[in-house]
Amino acid sequence: MTSFAPTTSPVIQGNQIPRKRLYGIMAEFHDPATLMAAADKVRLAGFRWWDCHTPFPVHGLDQAMGIKRTILPVLVFGAGLTGTTIGFCLQAFTNAASFSIWALVWVTGYPFLISGKPLISLPAFIPVMFELTILFSALSAVGIMFLFNGLPRWNHPLLASKRFLRATDDRFFIVIESRDPRFFASRTEQFLKDLGAKAVELVEV
Amino acid sequence: MSSVPVNRQTALPGFQETDNTAENPAVRAPLVLNMDRFGQVTRQVCQVAESKKPPLAWYVAFTISLGLVGLLGFCVNYLIFTGVGVWGLNNPVMWAFDITNFVFWVGIGHAGTLISAILFLFRQKWRTGINRFAEAMTIFAVICAGLFPGIHVGRVWLAYWLFPIPNQMDMWPQFRSPLLWDVFAVGTYFTVSFVFWFVGMVPDLATLRDRATGRIQQFAYGLFALGWRGSNRHWHRYERAYLLLAALSTPLVLSVHSVVSFDFAVSQVPGWHTTIFPPYFVAGAIFSGFAMVVTLAVPARQLFGLKDLITLRHLDNMNKIILVTGCMVGYAYSMEFFIAWYSGAVYERFAFINRAFGQYWWAYWIMVSCNVITPQLFWFKRIRTSIPIMFALCLVVNIGMWFERFVIIVTSLANDFLPTSWDFFTPTWVDMGTMLGAFGLFGTLFLLFCRYLPMIAIAEVKATMPQANPHWSGYAEHDHGHAGGHSGGGAKPSFASPDALHSPGSGPDGGPIAP
Repeated sequence: MTSFAPTTSPVIQGNQIPRKRLYGIMAEFHDPATLMAAADKVRLAGFRWWDCHTPFPVHGLDQAMGIKRTILPVLVFGAGLTGTTIGFCLQAFTNAASFSIWALVWVTGYPFLISGKPLISLPAFIPVMFELTILFSALSAVGIMFLFNGLPRWNHPLLASKRFLRATDDRFFIVIESRDPRFFASRTEQFLKDLGAKAVELVEV
Repeated sequence: MSSVPVNRQTALPGFQETDNTAENPAVRAPLVLNMDRFGQVTRQVCQVAESKKPPLAWYVAFTISLGLVGLLGFCVNYLIFTGVGVWGLNNPVMWAFDITNFVFWVGIGHAGTLISAILFLFRQKWRTGINRFAEAMTIFAVICAGLFPGIHVGRVWLAYWLFPIPNQMDMWPQFRSPLLWDVFAVGTYFTVSFVFWFVGMVPDLATLRDRATGRIQQFAYGLFALGWRGSNRHWHRYERAYLLLAALSTPLVLSVHSVVSFDFAVSQVPGWHTTIFPPYFVAGAIFSGFAMVVTLAVPARQLFGLKDLITLRHLDNMNKIILVTGCMVGYAYSMEFFIAWYSGAVYERFAFINRAFGQYWWAYWIMVSCNVITPQLFWFKRIRTSIPIMFALCLVVNIGMWFERFVIIVTSLANDFLPTSWDFFTPTWVDMGTMLGAFGLFGTLFLLFCRYLPMIAIAEVKATMPQANPHWSGYAEHDHGHAGGHSGGGAKPSFASPDALHSPGSGPDGGPIAP
């Protein structure tokens, strides 16, 4: 059909959703040394929305990328203290208290008198307090780690790339996301190639 | 002496061993043999889970194990429906095979945590070859252990009384009892070990997910890989969390067997009421656990072709730990006797003389010969590095450690304070069936693990290869090559040469390098 209408860029109409959007650019490296040198340069170039993907943790890459130390241990310490406190309160209440509290249901403590020992016998309470400290710390360490990492997430755009399958095998990747203010598709692509990337691929959402 | 591995020829084909046990402080001994590329490690580990069929021996072992699980199910149900009278327990001997098995299995688990946590904190890189299946062993052993206290309570349907669950009777557990500490210690131990194992496995599950070709495998591995994509920002927190888990598991593992020993030490029974029990139990646990790791590692590496990753050096190191802990256990046995004499308590003295020369003398001397005398052979390097001998010795240690628990529990109870109530414990067929069944349960879980999950920590092993270090000497030339663009590929052929075998999922352009 001949049309006299001026050529326009495609316009989104109605419920039509754009199928593809650029997520970022992925550069593939074959060894950790090149990757680390490249990561250093990406950081110096001022990018912020970018990441390295490696089959194993590469030592020194955190510094090369300028990753700040995580506050995870502080939070885990807090969780550990919570565990200790809960351990003490649980035992002191159930074995020494003669009043009721509401813990989902009304529960009443029972003062156990065992061979004339004091009701709150701290030395005997220590093993359970210790175990609960460890339990709370360990579960929170893992839980907070996955939470901060945004995992589980099963549908990441990178996981759709065939090339990226080897990120868990023997290849090393740098991905610069399109939302980075310094991102310009063509220029960033050239930049990554100059860093020694063996292959560069556009990643779409 | 150099650290260069030496091929050791044997008469039987398929049983050659590469000897990398030589010590040379100037050169780091290789932990991964015959491989210099990361992809080779991936393939070597993943081929076990990816192969269409496991080796014939796997089917044989699995059938036997599953049969024993059937026996276990029968014995446990028979016990529940009939009552604990079906066991050989009698009035002074209220604990026998049930608690012996419980302590034995909890002890087995300890080596897994020692390898995964304590050796991690000590930066022992050789742990990466064996930590995954040692941790799996821990979990399965604790499952077997947990079974016994659960069924020995008699009225199994009241086992929830062990936990502080609000109930209409306003009844709570008695927290001053070591038996209750045990519930919390073993419960925490299982949970933390499981989490540690799973977290360590997430990157390797992602590897299996990315290599999987079948829909079911992709879905199953993908589900548990949690969408792991090797992001370095993730690795950063992951390594922190892993370090924290190791630091938390270390006191935990020491506490667990200490608490198990409190079950005995806090009581007044002669032969149990001793302060040496916590360290003695922990040393014994590590001793038996390492023996079990070797017992499992030797056939596993042979069957699944993992000799380049679980090398002779790994086995040699484990045998050294067995020797050390075996000496500790021997020391504890003699110190117990000394303290019994030194205490001046007649009951205590009697308990120990009775242990060695009383009605259970044979159990005591099986224990001493298996646990104290046998591991002394590991002073000899020829024995430490001989596969058949170490396998046999470790089986002996396993038997000895089972007898140790039997001796501690049964001899102390059978001849207690009052001679009129003395008795002799004889196991019934239900006792024997339950014990064998627990081995079957352990074997079944372990064989399933070997078949479907990454048996070796792929990511961790790669990280210990010299090539994983960005400053490895092999990259020096490489680095300069890259400064000018893409001329680096040809400079260093050994590492960067194209892989002949690409991972199955990588597609036609899996990233070949210009030669």
